[in-house]
Order: sequence, then C-alpha cells, then structure tokens
Amino acid sequence: MILEKLRDQIVALLVLLSVWFFAASMANSPLLPGPEQVASSIYIEWTQGRLLENLLVTLQRVVISFVSAMILGGLMGVMMGRVKLINRIFDPLLIMLLNIPALVVIILLYIWFGLVEAAAVAAVIINKMPNVAVTLREGARMFEPELEEMAQAYKFSFSQKVVDLWWPQLFPYVMVATRSGLALIWKIVLVVELLGRSDGVGFQLHLAFQIFDVATILAYSFAFIAVVQMIEWFILQPMEKYATRWQRGDQRD
Amino acid sequence: MIEFRVNGRSFGTKQVLTSIEISLEEGRSLCIVGPSGCGKTTLLNALSGLEGDDKAVSWKGSAPEIGYLFQQPRLLPWRTLKQNLMLVDADESKVLSMLDAVHLKEYVDYFPTRISLGMARRASLARCLLLNPDLVLMDEPLVSLDSPTAQQMRQLIQKLICEDPQKNLIYVTHDLEEALEIGDQIIVLGNRPSEIVFSADASDLSKEMLESELRNQLGL
Repeated sequence: MILEKLRDQIVALLVLLSVWFFAASMANSPLLPGPEQVASSIYIEWTQGRLLENLLVTLQRVVISFVSAMILGGLMGVMMGRVKLINRIFDPLLIMLLNIPALVVIILLYIWFGLVEAAAVAAVIINKMPNVAVTLREGARMFEPELEEMAQAYKFSFSQKVVDLWWPQLFPYVMVATRSGLALIWKIVLVVELLGRSDGVGFQLHLAFQIFDVATILAYSFAFIAVVQMIEWFILQPMEKYATRWQRGDQRD
Repeated sequence: MIEFRVNGRSFGTKQVLTSIEISLEEGRSLCIVGPSGCGKTTLLNALSGLEGDDKAVSWKGSAPEIGYLFQQPRLLPWRTLKQNLMLVDADESKVLSMLDAVHLKEYVDYFPTRISLGMARRASLARCLLLNPDLVLMDEPLVSLDSPTAQQMRQLIQKLICEDPQKNLIYVTHDLEEALEIGDQIIVLGNRPSEIVFSADASDLSKEMLESELRNQLGL
C-alpha cells in the first residue's frame, strides 16, 4: 500500500519534471530555466553556504511566528468558543483582523516600529492569529456536552479536563490550523523579508528579482517547499497518526 | 438512612418537577418509573449536581458520595478502558481489579470505540464504582442491550451494588419487570410537573399490580 502510494507519487513527479523540461527546452529562455538549471543553482547556493544560512534564518522566523500565532490565536479562539461574552466582545475585532490585507499590516508595522526583527515577526503573527482563532473557536464550540457532564459528575481536575477532555476534541482543529498556518506563514515571512529584512529566503528572492535570475528564485522556492514538506512528513503526519489511532482500526493502545 | 428533598425544577417557565422528598434505608435500592419526559433524568441530574444549582437538593445530614451511571457509557473514546478509569482513581491495581470484577480484564488496553455497547456499559459501571459511592444513580443502564447482555449487566448491578449493604441505589427505568427485580422500593412519577403518585415496597407488588397502578395514576 505504502509502496504503491510512493510509486504513484514518483510517477507524478517524473511526469511534472518531463513537462517542465520540454517546456523549458521549447522556450529556450533564461526566464524559464529547466530543472537541470534550477538544480545547478541549488548546488551553487548550497556549496557557497548561502542556501542553508538563509533557509535557517527564514525557518527561525517561521517557527517563532507560527508558535506565537498558534498560542495566541488558540487561546483567543477557545475562549471565544466557550464564553459567549468574550465572543461578543472580540468578534468585531476578529472580523476586522481577518479582512486587513497582509501587506497593509506589514507596511504599517515597518513604518511605526522601523525595519526591525520584532516588527517583521509581529506582522506575521497578526496576519495568522485570526485564522487560528476562527478555526479553534469552531473546535471549542463542538465540545461534547455529554462528556462535559461526565467530567463534572466524576470531578475531573482542571488539568484532566485540559489534557484528557478538551485537547483531544480540539486536536483535529489544531491540525487544520497548523497545516493552513504553515502554508500561509512561510509565504508571509517571505514578503516580510522581501520588504524589510537583509537576510532570509525572501531577501535572496528580492536580490534575484533585481537581475531577473529565475533559476535562483526557483532554487530558493523549491528548497523551502522541501523544508515544509519535511515538517509535514516527519512531524505532522506521525503526530496525527498517533493522536487519531483510536479512530482507525487500532483495537488497543 | 439517606434522606433528601429535590426542590422544584423548571426549564424557563415550564415546571418539570414539583418538590420531591425521598428517604431510603441504608443498603436499599429505589426504582423510579414513569412516563417519558416526566423528569426522571432531571431528578438524577439534580442529585448529582449537574443542574448547576447548589440549592437543587437539600440533604438531611451530610451529602453522600455519589456515582452516576449515565444512560450512554460516556467513556472518552480516545482513552483506553484503563486510562478512562484511571482518570477517576489513579491506583492502577484498583482499576485493574475493578475491570476484572466486570469481566473486562482482557480488554483493559482497548479503546471504547472497539468494544460492544454492553462492554462499554460494564466499563462505565466499573468507573462509577471506583468512586466507592454511598449512593449510585443509574439512568436506564440496560436500554438498547440485547437480552443476554442485559441479564449479565443486571447480575453485575445486583452483585456489586444491591448486595453491598454500604451502597444505596436509585435506578430509573421504563421496564417494570426490571424495576421489580432490582428495586426494594418502587416509586412512580406522574406527568409534568412531576410528583410522586405512587410508592410501595417491591415485595408487595407484582408486575401486573404495578402496571395497573401506573395506568390508573396516569389516567390511561
């Protein structure tokens, strides 16, 4: 089953590479480099140390922004989902934050606080936090009332409620927020870096854009996509598999 | 002796229960029967403190330790049977011995989603007894079970609760035969707003007598 899935994915990738290769050959232009030129660009950037250095800088910003947005947005969403008064107070603010364009937040924070790291990270957090809050608010609204009663009747402690009752019910919503969060955050981080930082993948894309170096643009893009895919394969999927083992065919722990 | 008064309960402007007083001698079981929606579950919820109102019940003397067996097992589906019970009592050997008492020793590491309803009900009975309650509340614990499984559960209830002189049982059911088999005392609740319309010792009643009393009281 796993081998069949892997085979299908490899075939799909090979087809995509072939189409790209032929399209690049037909175009025969530096504006559409072929896979081999992009691979060569990745190799050069890697051997010169720039690729790893900038990937790590961007990854650090992604991790800080992501964790902060998940914690703040999660707390906000759960409180809004559970307490009607808090929901009534914060709902208009949430709708406003959801509708402010990401670029406006980034520009405003750079203008107000200068081109500093804190402004860059805060801009990403403010952009992502409302999405996390909305998703987890829905999760908190879906808590099973019958299990709440059971926990009350059996005098669960607060920590038991958090760990054993609420967290497992929130988990699917946390995974949705995590996946959409990762996909969104790294893209916003690149914009933030492009506009106001002097390092990171976004800054390198900015430099490559100045000289229309499409191969380097694609090299950095693919490198970061690969990093996000690794996070999906080696962190998110195993975590999800473990947490949802009771829903699958697993009879026992 | 357990004595209490459940003060009148209302949902909005609709009164569900009038004030009800019940006394139960130590070690005895009380079965409550009555038509659907007459407030039997509301009565149990009030006793277990789920009504969110401290004044819902007035106990004569100190309030007993209560164990509530809900109609559905209400086990956490993402925790194994052992983990579910250990949330109530962290003593693993006690949990395992209680699961053994309800014939679930081989299923301790199973998730509730992978066992039958009858087994889940037995697990929830074990969880309830882990509290070592003075008063056990049961809300139709045999509903939706096939006959042999219901019989097995009934035997467990009798062995682990009714035969224990330290425990009292308040048992809600629609099944008159079941009420007579489990209860020492039977009370009938009338239509809303509910009040006790009939009360007797089970030993003085037969199924036919109880059925006819229920019909008379409900005007059927």
